[in-house]
Amino acid sequence: MLKRAKHLWHILRQLTGDDAYDVYLKHHEAFHESNIDAPPALSRKEFFKLWQDGKWKGIKRCC
Amino acid sequence: MHKNFKIIIWLAVLILGVSAVSAIALNRGESISAMWFITAALCIYAIAYRFYAAWIAASVLVVDETRATPAERLENGSDFIPTNKWVVFGHHFAAIAGPGPLIGPTLAAQFGYLPGTLWILIGAVLGGAVQDMVTLFFSTRRNARSLGQMARDEIGPIGGVAALIGTFLIMIILIAVLGLVVVNAMKYSPWATSTVAATIPIAMIVGFYMRNFRPGRVLEATALGVALLLLAVVGGGWIDQSESLRGLFNHDGLPLAYAIIAYGFAAAVMPVWLLLAPRDYLSTFVKLGTVILLAVAIVILQPDIHMPAMTQFIDGTGPIFGGKLFPFVFITVACGAISGFHALISSGTTPKLLANERDIRMIGYGAMLLESFVAIMAMIAATVLEPGIFFAINSPAGVVGKDAIDAVAKINSWGFAVTVEQMNQLAKDMGESSLFARTGGAPSLAVGMASIFGSAFGKGMLAIWYHFAIMFEAIFILTTLDAGTRVGRFMLQDMLGNIWPKIGRTSWMPSVIFTSALVVAAWGYFLYIGVIDPNGGVNLLWPLFGIANQMLAAIALCVATGILVKSGKSRYAWITGLPLVWLVIVTSAAAWQKIFSDDIRIGFFAAANDLAAKLAAGALPPDKAAVAPQLIFNQQLDAYLTMFFVAVLWVVIIDMLYVAYRRYAGKPVLPLSEVAHEPSRLVENWVRD
Repeated sequence: MLKRAKHLWHILRQLTGDDAYDVYLKHHEAFHESNIDAPPALSRKEFFKLWQDGKWKGIKRCC
Repeated sequence: MHKNFKIIIWLAVLILGVSAVSAIALNRGESISAMWFITAALCIYAIAYRFYAAWIAASVLVVDETRATPAERLENGSDFIPTNKWVVFGHHFAAIAGPGPLIGPTLAAQFGYLPGTLWILIGAVLGGAVQDMVTLFFSTRRNARSLGQMARDEIGPIGGVAALIGTFLIMIILIAVLGLVVVNAMKYSPWATSTVAATIPIAMIVGFYMRNFRPGRVLEATALGVALLLLAVVGGGWIDQSESLRGLFNHDGLPLAYAIIAYGFAAAVMPVWLLLAPRDYLSTFVKLGTVILLAVAIVILQPDIHMPAMTQFIDGTGPIFGGKLFPFVFITVACGAISGFHALISSGTTPKLLANERDIRMIGYGAMLLESFVAIMAMIAATVLEPGIFFAINSPAGVVGKDAIDAVAKINSWGFAVTVEQMNQLAKDMGESSLFARTGGAPSLAVGMASIFGSAFGKGMLAIWYHFAIMFEAIFILTTLDAGTRVGRFMLQDMLGNIWPKIGRTSWMPSVIFTSALVVAAWGYFLYIGVIDPNGGVNLLWPLFGIANQMLAAIALCVATGILVKSGKSRYAWITGLPLVWLVIVTSAAAWQKIFSDDIRIGFFAAANDLAAKLAAGALPPDKAAVAPQLIFNQQLDAYLTMFFVAVLWVVIIDMLYVAYRRYAGKPVLPLSEVAHEPSRLVENWVRD
């Protein structure tokens, strides 16, 4: 039961983009740990700015 | 499960579905339960999804679950991200489902419940869902390229330009007609106007919360916003009661239209985080919540449909819009059955999240079935109303007369019972001053939803339910308006950037202001004309939108058919070819009638000439004579626009046929732009489930 609720919560967070920063951090670690010169990860606020602005560049809603 | 058992279950679904469709089609009684509609829809969707869609995925497209998708190959942590299939489904559905499937069926109900319902079901399973799925597949195989890019790469530059211009124009018409729907819902309604106005500061509060106060905490901010929205619905009622405040929000159509135009411009130049993005979160939540609530309420209440299966208006004399059943029911239902706009989401946007090709059927085909289901619910909400009431709300004053007694007499003369007292009582129950001639579909849908919600969850709050429904429609109409203006601006900057590179820079403020103003002026013009038109404007704009939208669908189907032929799958090309042929017939027939019909309620030129003759003869009352020159110009403009749409469509078709001919004749064609196979490394299913 608790496991199910957790799973649903996880899906809800993914759906809304609530976990976008966590996903980004994971990606950053996985792809950049091998590279010493990689720039440090963005802060939550910086990342959210980029993410939100990027999200609205194309057609995102129709009729 | 045992194989025979499965066969028995599917046979049962088939029999149930056939019975439900026959019940709907053959009913000639006073009323019929809405449950037949739900049953018919679910059975048809289940069979189509299990057999037709599965066959297309496996045998025609040959989806390959071992192949890496663009989301995996190009993963960058921000826009290309392999994502759980349910999450992708949610994003995709939220993006494709706008106000179209609510408004189209409501207007199409003028023909009775049957024609619209059948087209929503058949059009979706054979046309709309196929288009969405194959476009998603082809874009996934092409690094998530957009429809326009695929048209250019696969068919040629003409197809690419046509898709681009088509998209831009459809956006302009769409925004204008949506703006008109909101204006008509707010006209002389302080409650609706104040609630809709309140959504703007609420979105800003949510935007500020997400951006600065608690960055990235989307769920917290959305919960706060939804609570504030509900408060705004209730608060609108208090404003309506207050003598001093209600005057602030009690306006005629024209000032409201100017307000929408000013708002549209402000929203297009403002940063997205302040208004557009937060409002989108709110509208998506409210939309999904309301759709689920409506489905639950319909199942609990099992309301009866009172509209006849077919009305006499199939002969083309309907009050809501002129034109016969064929082709106008197909043009009017639009998005609930097949929508060209979806191809823009299925290409470019959704493939960037898709973790595995196996999910293409569920996301592409499945999401469109859900949208079709939303359209069925809108049809139910429109037809549970007594037909007399439905026509009293939706018939423009230009057709039935401004006076309530005249309007009622006219509607009674069509054979639909309704009285002035009944309409007054209904308006009082809904907290409105009048419900006569509230065209555009939103008010009648809101009355239908309020009566369903009221009966299912308690009668006491009809006025609150009504204004909740209006808020629900307005909030995502305004989201589409913001987002559409913005996209239109980007497209215009992109096009003009070819002539003057500086204007193509999306962050250069003078260019932002200039191009936004152009886009807003374009849709603002159609909105303005719609508001001053005594026939309500929807009767002009909605068919134009329908033709444009179906034309875009035909372009998407052309691209898909062309790719199927080029990949040596000509024997399967009918899966997109048949809906394409049908859409070409429908859009060409509708466009022909809109341009050349002698009936002044259908033909644009006929209406313009008729008005010009009346104006010259001095037969118009002074208020109509004052706006007549603008209306005449607009009718002519609409006619040329329609010609342009059809010309664009035929150019793309001929281009595609030429490519197909060259392929058959063994002459060289543009190579397939499919990206080479790369094995997927996401072997576990953790991302998807």
